[in-house]
Amino acid sequence: MKIVVAIKQVPERDAPLRIDAAGKWIEEADLQWAMNESDAYALEEALQLKEKHGGEVVVLSAGPERVGSTIREALAKGADRGIHVDCDNPAQWDALGMARLLAEAIRGESPDLVLTGLQSDDLGLGQTGVIVAELLGLPHASLILHVEKTDAGLKVKRELEEGWFQEIELPVPAVLTIQSGGNKLRYATLMGIKRAKTKEVRRVTAAELGVASNAVVALERIAVPQKQKSTQMLTGSPKDVAATLVEKLKFEVRVL
Amino acid sequence: MSGVWVVVEERDGRMGRISWEAVATGQELGAQLGVPVCAALPGAQTEALAAELAAKALNRVVRVEHALLGAYTADGFTLALEQLLRAEQPEFVVFPHTYQVRDYAPALAARFGQVLIGDVTQVGTGPVFTRQLMQGRLSGTYCPTGSGPCFVSVQSGAFRADAVKAGTAEVTVFSPVLEAGQLRTRPSEPFRGSAQTVDLGSAQMIVSVGRGIKEAENLPLVQELATALGAELAASRPICDNGWLPMERQVGSSGQTVAPKLYVAVGISGAIQHLVGMKGSQCVVAINKDADAPIFEVADYGIVGDLFEVVPALTEAVKNARQ
Ligand SMILES: Cc1cc2nc3c(=O)[nH]c(=O)nc-3n(C[C@H](O)[C@H](O)[C@H](O)COP(=O)(O)OP(=O)(O)OC[C@H]3O[C@@H](n4cnc5c(N)ncnc54)[C@H](O)[C@@H]3O)c2cc1C
Ligand SMILES: Nc1ncnc2c1ncn2[C@@H]1O[C@H](COP(=O)(O)O)[C@@H](O)[C@H]1O
Repeated sequence: MKIVVAIKQVPERDAPLRIDAAGKWIEEADLQWAMNESDAYALEEALQLKEKHGGEVVVLSAGPERVGSTIREALAKGADRGIHVDCDNPAQWDALGMARLLAEAIRGESPDLVLTGLQSDDLGLGQTGVIVAELLGLPHASLILHVEKTDAGLKVKRELEEGWFQEIELPVPAVLTIQSGGNKLRYATLMGIKRAKTKEVRRVTAAELGVASNAVVALERIAVPQKQKSTQMLTGSPKDVAATLVEKLKFEVRVL
Repeated sequence: MSGVWVVVEERDGRMGRISWEAVATGQELGAQLGVPVCAALPGAQTEALAAELAAKALNRVVRVEHALLGAYTADGFTLALEQLLRAEQPEFVVFPHTYQVRDYAPALAARFGQVLIGDVTQVGTGPVFTRQLMQGRLSGTYCPTGSGPCFVSVQSGAFRADAVKAGTAEVTVFSPVLEAGQLRTRPSEPFRGSAQTVDLGSAQMIVSVGRGIKEAENLPLVQELATALGAELAASRPICDNGWLPMERQVGSSGQTVAPKLYVAVGISGAIQHLVGMKGSQCVVAINKDADAPIFEVADYGIVGDLFEVVPALTEAVKNARQ
């Protein structure tokens, strides 16, 4: 099975966020970056499918120079090669533009399966994979926890709300958006990290793929959300706040 | 162009609360723009629900009905609604942000050269739409710049279902052209996960732990607090994803919904998918080292600090109080 996994590089989870001067995005200069969480699960699913059925895992990431490190990380975990779509300011692309970019990069590969994460941790659009399927004319299923290869194609487990699930059968080629938690993530081994250095990463530009950003919605400004609820903040040493809170739980909340 | 359309969702023969919230949003948008508001109800048997909608202040209620829309498929819903929207040419299409909508609305919007402005929490004049970024740590305001219909989905709980205005609406039927061969996916009946042995829903007190705990080895720290309080232990999704606690202890949109007297959130950031599962709690205490963590938005009492210092101190204080 030939599998393409779309991997986005996002700000490290606990990174302090500063809004830029234009108020349109965050200061990227001093941020740490990491692989998007659900994409790590998509990669894991792809690697396990390859281990079972053979084939190739190609990772695909769109963004500036910095995304190279996340592609290398995926290669170190066992992906076979990478495609880096060069584009500045990926946050200024809307979901349709980004999906066009990824779809054009995927088209030439003719994979059996395309995996994306369910949702990016920064923009959180939760759309890119579904649109990629639409643009490539492929069937899709979203919120997938588990993928099984069958004679007819695939049988996948889809998460529904509130602890419900559903199975879906679909033919290949197909696009799946992967939810976190279906697998246990692997770490890169030293050997893997060494090997990754020799693996191929092909670079293409948006222009070479024939895609312009042409956004149909614009992110006008970003802000720190305004607090609506008046929260009583307890301050002092850990011992003091613990004592104050216990008083509250006793006399105001009446649970002790 | 014909105004605002709201696409509502049937669930187990009923309209979920979030669909009414979408109707309220559609009405608000319609009032802002001075345009009519209609509702579309896709499904195989939509008569009863359409009658409920007919008692609301809507211009028209359209039953998008076809036998192949009985079980949800992305292909079926996308094809059917594409046909309706091409015929009606709305300016705005409003959806509830459900797992189902996430599965097809982005593809539907793409057919019109548009994107979905998803999981919206606020509608401002313009109109502009506000949604969360960075897992709720920031918010972003989006403005449509295209010429086609603008697709928007609303976050659960962000708009008021009881704000839906009553009235009378004409009900019509739209029969999309669909063939079984066009539906490429075959869904099974939904099923429950493994048997639930803990019922967090009826717990009086819950101590819930998030990724701030860092490692599975640190879990006894929060377990001790739970034991001192006589509370159940629960967790955010990453803790269960990692297998540190069983999934039945997960609180949130894909886990359990809880409403205890006391909910102590330890090292949980407060992403919306977690909040929807616990914001009905009577008293929320949040312990987080980040003063801007969204969890403080729903907390009654907040402690900004290192959980590895605060939690043992709290356990100690609770034990003393209990003596
Ligand atoms: C479709 C979908 C469904 C989902 N369903 C659920 C669900 O049912 N339940 C759920 O919980 N999530 C769910 N999620 C995931 C959700 O979006 C968040 O990713 C998740 O809730 C984050 O968990 P967290 O708060 O534990 O981790 P993080 O967001 O990583 O937050 C960790 C927090 O710990 C704090 N912290 C770190 N160190 C310390 C310290 N020493 N002391 C004090 N504080 C510290 C940090 O400041 C941070 O705020 C879902 C996501 C999607 C897309
Ligand atoms: N710039 C990108 N490069 C590679 N993959 C991406 C990119 N943006 C989004 N994706 C993929 O699309 C998924 C959903 O992203 P989003 O629609 O932004 O929530 C992510 O989890 C990735 O798998």
